[in-house]
Amino acid sequence: MSEALETTIEAGPRFPAGDTEDAPVKITARNVDVFYGDKQALFGIDLDIRKQKVTSLIGPSGCGKSTFLRCINRMNDVVDGCRVDGQIHLDGRDIYDRKIDVVQLRALVGMVFQKPNPFPKSIYDNVAYGPRLHGLAATRDETDEIVESSLMRAGLWAEVKDRLAEPGTGLSGGQQQRLCIARAIAVSPEVILMDEPCSALDPIATARIEELIDELRRNFTIVIVTHSMQQAARVSQRTAFFHLGNLVEVGDTEEIFTNPREQRTQDYITGRFG
Amino acid sequence: MTDMTLQRAAGEVRTDTAERVAKGLKRRYAAERRFRTYGLIAVCTALSFLAILLISIVGKGYTAFQQTKMQLEVHFDESIIAPNGTTDAAALAKADYNGIVKASLRKTFPEVKSRRDKRALYGIVSGGAGYEIYKMILEDPSLIGQTKKVWLSASADIDVLIKGQIDRSSPETERRVKDNEIAWVDRLAAQGAIEKQFNTTLFTAGDSRDPEQAGIWGAVVGSFFTLIVTLAISFPLGVMAAVYLEEFAPRNKLTDLIEVNINNLAAVPSIVFGLLGLAVFLNFFGLPRSAPLVGGMVLSLMTLPTIIIASRAALKAVPPSIREAALGIGASKMQMVTDHVLPSAMPGMLTGTIIGMAQALGETAPLLMIGMVAFIVDIPGGPLDPATVLPVQVYLWADSPERAFVERTSAAIMVLLGFLVCMNLIAILLRKKFERRW
Amino acid sequence: MSNEHIVTSFDADLNRLDNMIAEMGGLAESQLARSIEALCKRDVAAAERIVPADKRIDDLEEEIYEFTVKLLALRQPMADDLRIVISAIKISSVIERIGDYAKNISKRTIIIHKSPALSGALNTVSRMGNLVQGMIKNALDAYIARDADKADDVRARDREVDLLHTSLFRELLTYMMEDPRNITPCTHLLFVAKNIERIGDHTTGIAEQVHFMVHGKMPADERPKGDGSSTTVISPAIVENGLDSAQP
Repeated sequence: MSEALETTIEAGPRFPAGDTEDAPVKITARNVDVFYGDKQALFGIDLDIRKQKVTSLIGPSGCGKSTFLRCINRMNDVVDGCRVDGQIHLDGRDIYDRKIDVVQLRALVGMVFQKPNPFPKSIYDNVAYGPRLHGLAATRDETDEIVESSLMRAGLWAEVKDRLAEPGTGLSGGQQQRLCIARAIAVSPEVILMDEPCSALDPIATARIEELIDELRRNFTIVIVTHSMQQAARVSQRTAFFHLGNLVEVGDTEEIFTNPREQRTQDYITGRFG
Repeated sequence: MTDMTLQRAAGEVRTDTAERVAKGLKRRYAAERRFRTYGLIAVCTALSFLAILLISIVGKGYTAFQQTKMQLEVHFDESIIAPNGTTDAAALAKADYNGIVKASLRKTFPEVKSRRDKRALYGIVSGGAGYEIYKMILEDPSLIGQTKKVWLSASADIDVLIKGQIDRSSPETERRVKDNEIAWVDRLAAQGAIEKQFNTTLFTAGDSRDPEQAGIWGAVVGSFFTLIVTLAISFPLGVMAAVYLEEFAPRNKLTDLIEVNINNLAAVPSIVFGLLGLAVFLNFFGLPRSAPLVGGMVLSLMTLPTIIIASRAALKAVPPSIREAALGIGASKMQMVTDHVLPSAMPGMLTGTIIGMAQALGETAPLLMIGMVAFIVDIPGGPLDPATVLPVQVYLWADSPERAFVERTSAAIMVLLGFLVCMNLIAILLRKKFERRW
Repeated sequence: MSNEHIVTSFDADLNRLDNMIAEMGGLAESQLARSIEALCKRDVAAAERIVPADKRIDDLEEEIYEFTVKLLALRQPMADDLRIVISAIKISSVIERIGDYAKNISKRTIIIHKSPALSGALNTVSRMGNLVQGMIKNALDAYIARDADKADDVRARDREVDLLHTSLFRELLTYMMEDPRNITPCTHLLFVAKNIERIGDHTTGIAEQVHFMVHGKMPADERPKGDGSSTTVISPAIVENGLDSAQP
């Protein structure tokens, strides 16, 4: 028998989602409890959010995933009677430290909400508001550049470049949501939080936003709360399952949806919840 | 139960339901029709009251927009006007213009001889006719020395006569206008020297004892200054208070107490504010009586609750999603309020303010207490000069016994109503234009 | 895998899938049993009945395939439901192969029956057939019951089938070397033996699929194998010398 052919087959690209266990960690939550008055909404959450990956938070209604999301940019501060215990570190710094300026934090951690909420200003001013506010653009030219690049990255530039002076509220639902995303990325945050961003949109608009998330993931760390498990499966690399204020399981998305470790997780994603 | 029986049972229920619904339909539609009729009756009743009010006011007032004038040949006698040849302002002001008028009357009716008759004759022309001559000279000094036919205002009684409001057939002792006066007027009328012209005096002159010289301009200017002061005080205070209460105040018992008090203030009788103004502004601070400044301050106390309540409603109507979006992008609370919430709420605030101003425009009682009921002849030059306001002017004229003031009162009411309608229209237009659908 | 889905029609669909697999498996099992019985009893008529019966198995495989595609599209199953559906696809194609092997055995029966008795070999074939039948039954039971331990047990038994196949292989080679008239029937028997051994391997595949379905991972260890037939050599000297066991 002749010698085996000396062809080495190179290992092809792994499944793009890939193993995330070794990715660096951007946000760590340790033992986070959240109380609304006397009622406890989150119980001892320990969760790592990995850098430049999309982490999705899934779970039934009222399980605390949105509450946890809003802890990350301290939006829970504006809710009366809300108390957050525990630690949340962004790049190693505790964001609940007294010395931290909330306004600065929110420039680093942007948010996109469930119902598209553009300001009642022109499209241009919507996107330019953040950079102007934080002093990121000194001249009109700089502002123009930021607006254009943000709208391009949000996939909206081609559709609105001729009507930047029109009010943002005149766009369709999907366009409005992309405008909100452009507004969020205009301040160049490091993390983008999305609270059910597609729940008010039709399937085509949803697909475009999912594509956008996939592109944005190269530069931003993204945490997305979603009711749709199919969306979590399509869009994220890590998935965390919340139930009744507890973090039940967290792992690679492929693992969670083909072979979850916890029975509760399996019951939820297969639609067996009792 | 098999599928078939289930279906059949469902089918039976269906037709049963349809029958029952059909039976009830007639009753429901009848009730609807009745309800609509009641509504229509209510609206018609309200409209008819409004119509009665308007028709009676307009009916009485429209004649005030015309003033009877008589054409007389007047000799601008330089011996009276400029006896020393000096035509400077001081000299001109002192001349006896009434004398010129009297001379003209004597010339027109040379047969009037007795002193009593002459007095009656002089009485058919307005007491301000001399002043009218003076104004003509001021405008055109070259008139001095000439003889010209000019139009002069008739007296109030003649004015009333010409407008047909005096019954000629009643006995002379019961009339204000005597037979000889009627005869002279008729003679002038036959010559075509009596005419009803547009009553500019009504709109350009201040108050006066003589009805034909009385105008609302003083009251209008007074109202204007008062409203300016009210706006300047109540709008900023009201808006800022509303913003503080709505956005920044902590939700505790103290804030609740403040809220309840503001709501109650809106229901306090307006005269109480007048008393407050009298006690505090006039007696304690010693501010000038009857000045629009004080009137404005009192009225702003009154409209402040209205503006605060309307502004709070406008602020509440701004959806929380906008606030969250602003906070989420890193705006501080102050920036969120000034950059987003206030501009969105501004149309509602403006509407509330205009309505408050319209209310203030029509207020009389509090201003009476602080003295804006005096008889002011001069047009006020600023907020510190004594003045009166339109509603008070209406009150004063309504109180006056002269017949000619009746129509002028109604005319003033019409002007006041006109302003109010305009202001409310502006409020409605503003609201329509800026109404947003979130 | 314990409680029911909120949407009960999903459970109904999964039950239907189980029933189709069970039916298909039962058919294949009986086809195998009957074909081996026909072979051992040299019953041509019975063997002839087996061939057309295979069509039902093929039809079932197609039915299961279409049904699983529909399930994937309409239900978007996740986690264990997904593994059940994927396993059903794989298992149904395996059972179809088993049916084909059974058909092949009965076809060869029609040819072999004329030849003189090879009772020793036929006994071994019968024993192999029984073992494999047992394996099929247990594997399908394990699938229906979602029992991974039972499946792992089936997996272990394939070694015995392989060992039997190796010894039968040697035996048949010996017969063929003794008497050239034996060559035809023995060659066919070789194929029959191979078919049964392959059925055993396939059944092991079913067991491994059941393990994956339950645990989410294929069994970690290597399959226990015992098939030495691919390296068996019989030298003519041993046959002449009447030595029984031959060693490669």
